[in-house]
Amino acid sequence: MRITQGCFSFLPDLTDEQITRQVQYCLGKGWAVNIEFTDDPHPRNNFWEMWGLPMFDLPDAAGVLMELNECRKVYGDRYIRMSAYDSTHGWESLRLSFIVNRPKDEPGFRLERHEVAGRNIRYTTTSYAADRPEGRRYG
Amino acid sequence: MPQNDLTTRSIPTSCRTPAKEADMNMHSMTIRGKDRYKSGVLEYKKMGYWEPDYEPKDTDIIALFRVTPQDGVDPIEASAAVAGESSTATWTVVWTDRLTAAEKYRAKCYRVDPVPNAPGQYFAYIAYDLDLFEPGSIANLSASIIGNVFGFKPLKALRLEDMRLPVAYVKTFQGPATGIVVERERMDKFGRPLLGATVKPKLGLSGRNYGRVVYEALKGGLDFTKDDENINSQPFMHWRERFLYCMEAVNKAQAASGEIKGTYLNVTAGTMEDMYERAEFAKELGSVIIMIDLVIGYTAIQSMAKWARRNDMILHLHRAGHSTYTRQRSHGVSFRVIAKWMRLAGVDHIHAGTVVGKLEGDPATTRGYYDICREDYNPTRLEHGVFFDQHWASLNKMMPVASGGIHAGQMHQLLDHLGEDVVLQFGGGTIGHPMGIQAGATANRVALEAMILARNEGRDYVHEGPEILAKAAATCTPLKAALEVWKDVTFNYESTDMPDYVPTASVAM
Repeated sequence: MRITQGCFSFLPDLTDEQITRQVQYCLGKGWAVNIEFTDDPHPRNNFWEMWGLPMFDLPDAAGVLMELNECRKVYGDRYIRMSAYDSTHGWESLRLSFIVNRPKDEPGFRLERHEVAGRNIRYTTTSYAADRPEGRRYG
Repeated sequence: MPQNDLTTRSIPTSCRTPAKEADMNMHSMTIRGKDRYKSGVLEYKKMGYWEPDYEPKDTDIIALFRVTPQDGVDPIEASAAVAGESSTATWTVVWTDRLTAAEKYRAKCYRVDPVPNAPGQYFAYIAYDLDLFEPGSIANLSASIIGNVFGFKPLKALRLEDMRLPVAYVKTFQGPATGIVVERERMDKFGRPLLGATVKPKLGLSGRNYGRVVYEALKGGLDFTKDDENINSQPFMHWRERFLYCMEAVNKAQAASGEIKGTYLNVTAGTMEDMYERAEFAKELGSVIIMIDLVIGYTAIQSMAKWARRNDMILHLHRAGHSTYTRQRSHGVSFRVIAKWMRLAGVDHIHAGTVVGKLEGDPATTRGYYDICREDYNPTRLEHGVFFDQHWASLNKMMPVASGGIHAGQMHQLLDHLGEDVVLQFGGGTIGHPMGIQAGATANRVALEAMILARNEGRDYVHEGPEILAKAAATCTPLKAALEVWKDVTFNYESTDMPDYVPTASVAM
């Protein structure tokens, strides 16, 4: 399976050149770009690990790409995403987020069904990869 | 250097009314003191409902009406009558006015302009004191402003065009239960419009078949599916069946994609008790969103908005029925007013037009609606039909929804007209796909992501749109098929509702 979180997951994986252009778009808007990685891509896992702090006051996307490649060297077997933060009043949240690195094999999720009263079923989604301890889930 | 300027092309009042009367109308004619309260009938403009020198206070609510007086009726008197009948007046003088601070409570018409290019129609600006309204009640606001005057005999027609809601009043409302920012955070979707589809056929599917459509559409790549306005609890599918099967579909699609998904479960019902019961069940099943129809009424909408805030639920509003009073330019209530009321009332989603789809919506007017939904401050923009500066005082933003006759081939136009913070709903454009519902959903999602990517790269996506789509279709068969099937589908009809003021090129000083 292919996890389709983020803004561009239905397109072929972005090249570094394409990633650079998206990052430049964010920097042009005055947003701070952050690199995050995880080996638990559960749809409700909001807090991926941060690769350093969001990069404030950066004029050039090249710096972000450099950091991304550093992150890939260490966590290339995991999911890595770029997130852009807008501090403008009324937003103060993410404005763009997209996946820039994936594990070679994406095992996906198990849907557990727990039958309860009145034909109601409680559903729980668990990542197959998360059956193994953190850090030993892919590759 | 040429720039856009506004031309009103107004016709002087003196051409329409005898010169002497027009001149008198420039001044207050209010009779004061003892004579004002002599028993009998007095013209509204002499009772204190026409005050051309009045300067609205920051705390006043202002309403702009399009007044079409009956032939021979003085437009100032007609407008004063609207002010009177929407505030303190009745047809005759009453002495009991003297027991009140009547001058404060009288709505004051302070400006009447002829409508450009519309002989016999006038824009009347009327100011209402804040104390005339109960805090936090759309029912009370609307009962005052539109409760009584629309059937008034001296008028041929009347339309409420726009309102200025003072911050002091805005702050008495909860506003959207969730808002765009929190909705995006909860859905974990940033940087692109959300995608939805209304399940079709809208009537007749069993719960099991209905859930099938939801699953296919969500798994194919949509973020949301939606019940239609009239899917409630009918013999072919009772509401619990629908909710149970839909939530199976949502959970399965979530696990299959790793994304958060939702389906707007319509909780519209005959009584508040039934609606609360359905909403509670939706919550129990883990739905992120419920929906209601505009026809349930303003008070019911406000109640559901409070429920949604208490229960972490996104609240979708389907504007069922609005065209009965919003569509005609001369009579009714403009949708921009309904949009303002709904932002106060507290819904998170509101259908606000597509421009290019099958339902009414001139581009400039629609832009005005979208600004009202999404901005914290709306400056006056007559060319978009926005007549007042409106501060929203950090009330949450409402997500506009574009639905009705749109398809993947229009993606560049949709993004250009409607922007990024919108739900694009392709019902037929998903379910009618020749390769099936999943393929239809995938086509829409790929088209959208390709367009956002191109826009962010700085490409002229509006003009290069068809090229961008064709290139994306080269690696996506479903998109290729969608572009082929719907390539010639457009809905080009003249709008019945558009702004009265048009930008014209002029030379700047």
